[in-house]
Amino acid sequence: MNIAIVKYNAGNIQSVLYALERLGINATVTGDADALRSADKVIFPGVGEASSAMQSLQENGLDAVIKDLKQPVLGICVGMQLLCNHSEENDTKCLGIVPVGVKRFPATSNQQGEGFLNSTLTKAGEGILKVPQVGWNTIYDLRSPLFSGIPDSSYIYNVHSYYATDSQYTIARCNYGLPYAAAVQKDNFYGVQFHTEKSADTGDRILHNFLSL
Amino acid sequence: MPVANTISALAKRIIPCLDIKDGRTVKGTNFVELRDAGDPVELAARYALEGADELVFLDITATVERRKTLADLVKRIAHRINIPFTVGGGIRSVEDVSVLLGSGADKVSINTAAFQNPELIAGIAKAAGSQCVVLAIDTRLEDDGEWYVYLNGGRTKTDAKCFEWAKKAVDLGAGEILLTSMNHDGTKAGFALDITRRLSDALPIPVIASGGGGNMQHFVDVFQDAHADAALAASIFHFKEIAIPDLKQHLKGYGIPVRI
Repeated sequence: MNIAIVKYNAGNIQSVLYALERLGINATVTGDADALRSADKVIFPGVGEASSAMQSLQENGLDAVIKDLKQPVLGICVGMQLLCNHSEENDTKCLGIVPVGVKRFPATSNQQGEGFLNSTLTKAGEGILKVPQVGWNTIYDLRSPLFSGIPDSSYIYNVHSYYATDSQYTIARCNYGLPYAAAVQKDNFYGVQFHTEKSADTGDRILHNFLSL
Repeated sequence: MPVANTISALAKRIIPCLDIKDGRTVKGTNFVELRDAGDPVELAARYALEGADELVFLDITATVERRKTLADLVKRIAHRINIPFTVGGGIRSVEDVSVLLGSGADKVSINTAAFQNPELIAGIAKAAGSQCVVLAIDTRLEDDGEWYVYLNGGRTKTDAKCFEWAKKAVDLGAGEILLTSMNHDGTKAGFALDITRRLSDALPIPVIASGGGGNMQHFVDVFQDAHADAALAASIFHFKEIAIPDLKQHLKGYGIPVRI
């Protein structure tokens, strides 16, 4: 099977590559349009900031290439967010493949321009929402072959401050302060907010399921 | 269908820590007296299989070749394990970080260099995101009742107070605090509950408690009473005094959310 990973300026490509290797798959990391178009499956990873990731795609003409892909595509984390319409992260227009919005979790945080005093106002011991969401959370309402064999409430690993809003395209939910789309699908485009490549056996199974689509 | 609780129950994380010296796992007591605890990659794979939620590797090698050997080790680890891991030890620049993240690490832990050059925190956060910046603080409770920051693996005392430094680090962009109580480290007498709770309740980022975990009840205490997001330990896991599956069952029995 010919698996291509989209090469652009986003992190964690290496981790996805290693995860596939553990499944016995040698993937190609490429930014070449023909190589992406001819792959059996395309994985679109990402860790980083949405606007610079979009800019990198545009500079390399990859935005148009990704939109036209016909084979199964799996966006991971920021890769998933970029499949959506728009992200609140630096007011970024995304690829618009899955027509949902990406918002910031409704909590203050330590990031960019928000001072500590401001961020402590909403805090009071346990039960506060720390942003980014870092850690193991559970997914439910699983409805896609992508989650074949995955029990409801399985734990998956998350690192993110922004989330895709719940919609008709949601194929898995997760709660963090509010219910959001842990995974989305439209046509041949799949996206998971969590990190399959770091989600232990559950993540391995989801990657395996994607490769079996 | 599970109840859609408004506040999520992120699993409390159990994190084995591997201190690495010259490519081997070592463990000391109160920051000295190192004992050999095996091959780090094999240990890491074992822990991932047993249900560890994350791993921390701290390189205490002092050779000039360390950067390259650490990157090689990170690659070997990343090939083998399917859970997140943090790498620390001697990281001084954003470039050091990009080498480690590029080799497959998910986060980096910084300590002395960040204290001496706080802009390092902001620099890494800008380049790679706050989520990958784990600020490690070694702290000791002194006779005056204050927790002070120590550097250089606990050898150098500073006048800085732990709480103040942690707050500043959050403002600069730290994504997590790895808090080690030197009073408790290696004692197996329990975690430092007061300072852990103080940070955990006040900071908008996760706090990893470290130092003193000796039995399963200590972990219950650090999650229930000190509100830690994660607990880190070394020798009790390395020398099989506590098995991770047993620990998680114990925590679950107390209603603490854990990934099983």
